Amino acid sequence: MCLSRPILFLVFPLTMVTDSLLYDKTLLLISLPYFNSQHPRLIMSDLPVLEMKEISKSFPGVRALENVSLEVYPGEVHVLLGENGAGKSTLMKILTGVYPKDSGRILLRDRQVSIENPREALDLGISMVYQESNLALHLSVAENIYLGREVLRSGKLGIINWSALNRESEKILETLNLSVSPGTLVRKLSVAQRQMVEIAKALSAEANILILDEPTASLAEQEINQLFRVIRDLRQRGISFIYISHRLEEISEIGDRVTVLRDGKLVGTVPASTPIDRLIRMMVGRAVDELFPRETVPPGEELLRVEHLTRKDILHDVSFSARAGEIVGLAGLVGSRRTELARAVFGADPKDSGEVFVRGNPVRIESPADAIKAGIGYLSEDRKLLSLALSMSIRANVTLAGLKKYCRGPFLLHKNEYRAVEQYLKSLAIKARHPDQKVKLLSGGNQQKVVVARWLATEARILFFDEPTAGVDVGAKVEIFQLMNRLVKQGSSIIFISSYLPELLAICDRILVMSRGKIARELFPDKTTQEEILYYSAVGN
Amino acid sequence: MPFHSLGDLGRRLASFISLIIMAVVLSILSPYFLTFENIFAIGLQMSVIAVMAIGEMMIIISGGIDLSVGSILALSGVVCTSLMAQGFSMTAAVSGGIGVGIICGIINGVLISKGRIPPFIATLGMMGMARGAALIISGGAGVQLLELPESFIFLGAGRIFDLVPVPVVITLFLACLGYGILKYTRMGRYTYAIGSNPEAARLSGVNISRYLTLIYTFCGLLCGLAGVVLASRLRSGQPTAGTGWELDVIAACVIGGASLSGGEGTVLGAIVGAQIMGVLRNGCNLLDISAFWQQVAIGAIIVVAVFIDQYRHARE
Repeated sequence: MCLSRPILFLVFPLTMVTDSLLYDKTLLLISLPYFNSQHPRLIMSDLPVLEMKEISKSFPGVRALENVSLEVYPGEVHVLLGENGAGKSTLMKILTGVYPKDSGRILLRDRQVSIENPREALDLGISMVYQESNLALHLSVAENIYLGREVLRSGKLGIINWSALNRESEKILETLNLSVSPGTLVRKLSVAQRQMVEIAKALSAEANILILDEPTASLAEQEINQLFRVIRDLRQRGISFIYISHRLEEISEIGDRVTVLRDGKLVGTVPASTPIDRLIRMMVGRAVDELFPRETVPPGEELLRVEHLTRKDILHDVSFSARAGEIVGLAGLVGSRRTELARAVFGADPKDSGEVFVRGNPVRIESPADAIKAGIGYLSEDRKLLSLALSMSIRANVTLAGLKKYCRGPFLLHKNEYRAVEQYLKSLAIKARHPDQKVKLLSGGNQQKVVVARWLATEARILFFDEPTAGVDVGAKVEIFQLMNRLVKQGSSIIFISSYLPELLAICDRILVMSRGKIARELFPDKTTQEEILYYSAVGN
Repeated sequence: MPFHSLGDLGRRLASFISLIIMAVVLSILSPYFLTFENIFAIGLQMSVIAVMAIGEMMIIISGGIDLSVGSILALSGVVCTSLMAQGFSMTAAVSGGIGVGIICGIINGVLISKGRIPPFIATLGMMGMARGAALIISGGAGVQLLELPESFIFLGAGRIFDLVPVPVVITLFLACLGYGILKYTRMGRYTYAIGSNPEAARLSGVNISRYLTLIYTFCGLLCGLAGVVLASRLRSGQPTAGTGWELDVIAACVIGGASLSGGEGTVLGAIVGAQIMGVLRNGCNLLDISAFWQQVAIGAIIVVAVFIDQYRHARE
């Protein structure tokens, strides 16, 4: 591997794993001509370490990327910004060799490279730290760091040199200020520590371009500061970062430049000091009220009432209600257990005590089947994992929950079913050729609409929508909101879980803020702010 | 289900087309191949495997596996013949044989759906238990009967219109039944859904344990029936019958387009898969190729079938 950069190869392990005593600036200067110790910050006149030029990529039915270009300089923290579905992750998957690109070029230090698979990306010094940890939980920290590249006593026999492995790991961990022993099992580490191990793993593989995907999403304040210290430290050594984050307020603190994508197209690259509202405009491309259409209707009868719902260690005495014509928002941070609440009401998870009333009548819900019978639907947060039978047709997916309606006894009425699904395709504007097309060929937004259609087909009046707009493009998002409006107008009641506050503020009649399994506060969109919601999410009541 | 493109149709019938091609090639190489006698001989030879493959196919579609089919087959044959040896009527004996298959299927289903034991383990256990029970009941040797009722022999050796072997007719009937269940009933739809994404099925209100139990029970029933037919063909209950057949049955399903990760497969595929194995064996015999090479060929066909399937999936 890496015949193309023999010098780097010799030098990087030294600079990575050694402490300041061995830190040889002269050597580093020779080997890394772009690195300048006088100006550790980014120098734009240098050669970019990475250039992605006019990258395009299509999936069946979607144009994911169109002529997107990205330049990263040595020691730069380059923020990649865009809504879900804007093409950030596709671009990064092309860079890390997960997807092939349709067209465009990738240059590393002015040399064109082809990255066919993740292994080649790693060999070229490109490493991705994923949102969800990719570590082997039952192996030790050292084993994880060197997984696949174990330090061997004898190359031929494949015998691992454990003492060297642990020693080297310890050195890397020290440079990251991570005070865990290399022998610790990864499953015993916190989320923040696991992330550091991932970074250590990348460094040990001599990565010089690190991609961080939402690294702060599940970190506490103090852990974020620690992460930022490490990032600043590493950039001093010429390591570049591509930093994906939805937390706009972080950008000016850690980033140098920002590249904004929207609907698979490049909007522009601007300095990280650009004001946040301008960044939002670049991301969204239109005014916020256009994005979140909302027509309020006077609320009708109470459809759902939940009283004193408790599940040991998860949910604590939760009570709330929802009326026909209402969209009730559930706000909260990761770990606030909004999904757990929805699942407990829906019967997908067990509950220890508490009662559920539908139209004033108590109902016993022990399983999703009970909930569906009572007229409750739950659109789950993870479309692919929890909602769709991907190898099946659109038709089978739409009628999965309400199949009885299209049956006589145990037998399916194929014609009725086909016609009904055709109707749903039309009324929800699902872009598909026919009902028997496989659902996995649809785009994210259309797949989500298939799941919505499933719950419409059950004639459920009480609908839990758990992050329905995650991973769908802007256009489809607007359509989903319009659909929600239409549903409540027709007398449904929607409980809407979202982590995106502007969305909640724009679309909901009421917002319930959850914190650690409790409802901390009820707020009204016209009388509250994002700050207030965040305050109660973080502090509780 | 309407076909929406020629490619779609081709994919669905891929295994069927390869069967036809094999038949054409063999009929050129051997004039004897394309005679009624030979065709029905293949059907007869593969009937027991094919019947079990119908049940196995439904289990594989649901994302499971059943390793106990061969053992249940033997147990059912032994129970059926033992009952006859005890002087029970033929109807009672046949019902007993099928009934014991159903019971084994129910046990499999309950262990898997309620006991949350992985199908591989639960049916591995059943494979041992059913085989053991067959050996205990028969005392380790075949259950031989001095005289068998004509009607019982007819099940395995009879011919309809003096031409079509009864086991072939039974296979065709059961194939239609399985096809109907998968295509025209709620149970069939749920079978695919459970195999494709069990959590999505559960969150859509599908009673997964009920349907899994039903599926394994149906497979047990088919194994019981196959056991009775085999006992009739062998004119005895052999406790060691069907040893290793679970692999032939699974191979038939895989050759016929089942995906071991669940959600995909058809009854037609199971039947065609069984016939491909049968035709291959028959062809080797006609062309005087040794039985050892037959095993190599069948092994290779399994690998090739799955390879083609994977390639197709990667392109999708």
